[in-house]
Amino acid sequence: MKVLIPGVAGRLGKLVAERLVANGHDVIGIDRRAFPDAPAGVEVHEVDIRKRGAEDVFRRVRPQAVIHMATVTHLVRQSEDRYRINLGGTRAVFEHSRAYGVEHVVFVGRHTFYGAAADSPLFHSEDEPPVGIGSFPELADLVAADLYAGSALWRYPDLTTSVLRTVYTLGPTGHGTLAMFLRGRRVPTLLGFDPLFHFMHEQDVVSALVTTLEKRPRGVFNVAGPQPVPLSTVIRETGRTNVPIPEWVFPSLLGRFGLPKIPAGALDHIKYSVTVDASAFVQATGFVHEVDERGALRAFREAFPPAPPGASTNRAR
Amino acid sequence: MRVSFPVDSEVRERLEQLEIPFNADGIDPFGVSKAYLGPSFTLLKFFFRRYFSVHTLGIEHVPQHGRCMLVGNHSGGIALDAAMVSASQFFEMNPPRLAHGMAERFLGKIPFASQLTHRCGHLTGLPEHAERLLAQDRLLMVFPEGARGTAKLFKERYSLVHFGTGFVRLAMKMKTPIVPFAFLGGGEAIPTIANAVSLGKLLGVPYIPVTPWVVALPIPARLDIIYSEPMTFEGTGFEEDDVVLAYVDRVKKRIADLIETGRRLRRGDVAQLTNSGPHAGVAGGAHT
Repeated sequence: MKVLIPGVAGRLGKLVAERLVANGHDVIGIDRRAFPDAPAGVEVHEVDIRKRGAEDVFRRVRPQAVIHMATVTHLVRQSEDRYRINLGGTRAVFEHSRAYGVEHVVFVGRHTFYGAAADSPLFHSEDEPPVGIGSFPELADLVAADLYAGSALWRYPDLTTSVLRTVYTLGPTGHGTLAMFLRGRRVPTLLGFDPLFHFMHEQDVVSALVTTLEKRPRGVFNVAGPQPVPLSTVIRETGRTNVPIPEWVFPSLLGRFGLPKIPAGALDHIKYSVTVDASAFVQATGFVHEVDERGALRAFREAFPPAPPGASTNRAR
Repeated sequence: MRVSFPVDSEVRERLEQLEIPFNADGIDPFGVSKAYLGPSFTLLKFFFRRYFSVHTLGIEHVPQHGRCMLVGNHSGGIALDAAMVSASQFFEMNPPRLAHGMAERFLGKIPFASQLTHRCGHLTGLPEHAERLLAQDRLLMVFPEGARGTAKLFKERYSLVHFGTGFVRLAMKMKTPIVPFAFLGGGEAIPTIANAVSLGKLLGVPYIPVTPWVVALPIPARLDIIYSEPMTFEGTGFEEDDVVLAYVDRVKKRIADLIETGRRLRRGDVAQLTNSGPHAGVAGGAHT
């Protein structure tokens, strides 16, 4: 099968391309970033998904399936540009897919879609609306891209659309929001709060995407693997140091003393749980994860061992 | 940060017997943690077995396995009733069962309180949580009087306030038996003479109960928990209000009867209930 991957040069995109090539598929990648270490056998086009060149690739290659991974998720990059990539890029992917005979589009979204709040339930199901945009406006473009992708289900009924909301990924490449948050030796938490974190090993995410390509489930699906665990467990099992900080001093400490910089709206995501019910996806595809929560944490820890004390220039109290 | 508290050996043993899918770290999918249950039940054991004089009747009516809802009255200005019912399920059932309470929503916003309640199995009181717990064949503890019930004053301690209908609809939808129970003595342990609403608002809670000794510290009173026979209501949970209200009234009536029985027991009018008594449902030897 010919599979086109917009956003192939990302860490997860590369893993997906490798797996698809190994499974005997023809993989064509689009990315505006250079991709010098592209896996052998992957045809790469260095072009912005929103530009004419990307449409040319669709026209010439005529892929049967598209896995859309060209969304910017780094919340530190807050700019007009990000909005345009996430929304304009998603629109381009669906329009080109319809115009050039693509049979199946997979949109790779995130479980943070549902937002974090004190009164939001554990294990969100797909029919729940997003509640977090009010407190975390940085998420708005990702939420909008997700809903836009979902609208393809009724706008383009001939096109099979799978909108996936995957939990955090963790693994040896250090891909993803959670991995970025855990990168340093010290991880800040809110004193008195210990939300559940839902994550899965990056190779299981790849398996979920490949399974989606094979089974072509139509609709919106949460994708998860093992059960969620408390943030304190995540920090301990990855060998990090938990630095509980009272909420009122938290904003002024971020980005200092070796603590990661995260937007103020993201505080709710380390205060309240965001977990999903992925049973619909399992039912539709038969997906089974391979790595349990401890395995994923161990894989991250082995790839990113905590820096020895003193390695960072700032010492936290 | 890992602080270890002493855990009683009986509690440790019973934790191992809980039929809950804990992972290797002792955490279940809902975030319930053995590391929190251990110290919590160790503390509860002291109150359950030594501090209060707790009399339990009819615990054999609680199914040993499978989904079930324990539905009872509120008694006492703080969650003393829920704590003792959960202790009774943990220490008097064989194998022990973990009773999941539905925590008041305001707790979720309070540092430590949200963490402690959640790790001990008391999720925020949302219908979604109740359904998911029952779908996993857990034991749910429900107080249909809600916060209105805990706000009862000393003189109102044996009365029942308005019951919501949600619990019956939930039981019908989830095909779950209801085990009604009465809790007596909470009002004596924590005699509320007033509720400080304004002070509560300042602290982010609905109210602060005020006792003759000002704070809501319980005195070592006699407490009675009387469970009765399971009640099952057929249906989908989407029936008209009048259908559901009739079922709610039946549960409420049963609980009111149980309270009456409990009062007679406490007065010493009857030594022990028998199968032939007016409330045959509660029959069973007294466990103390």
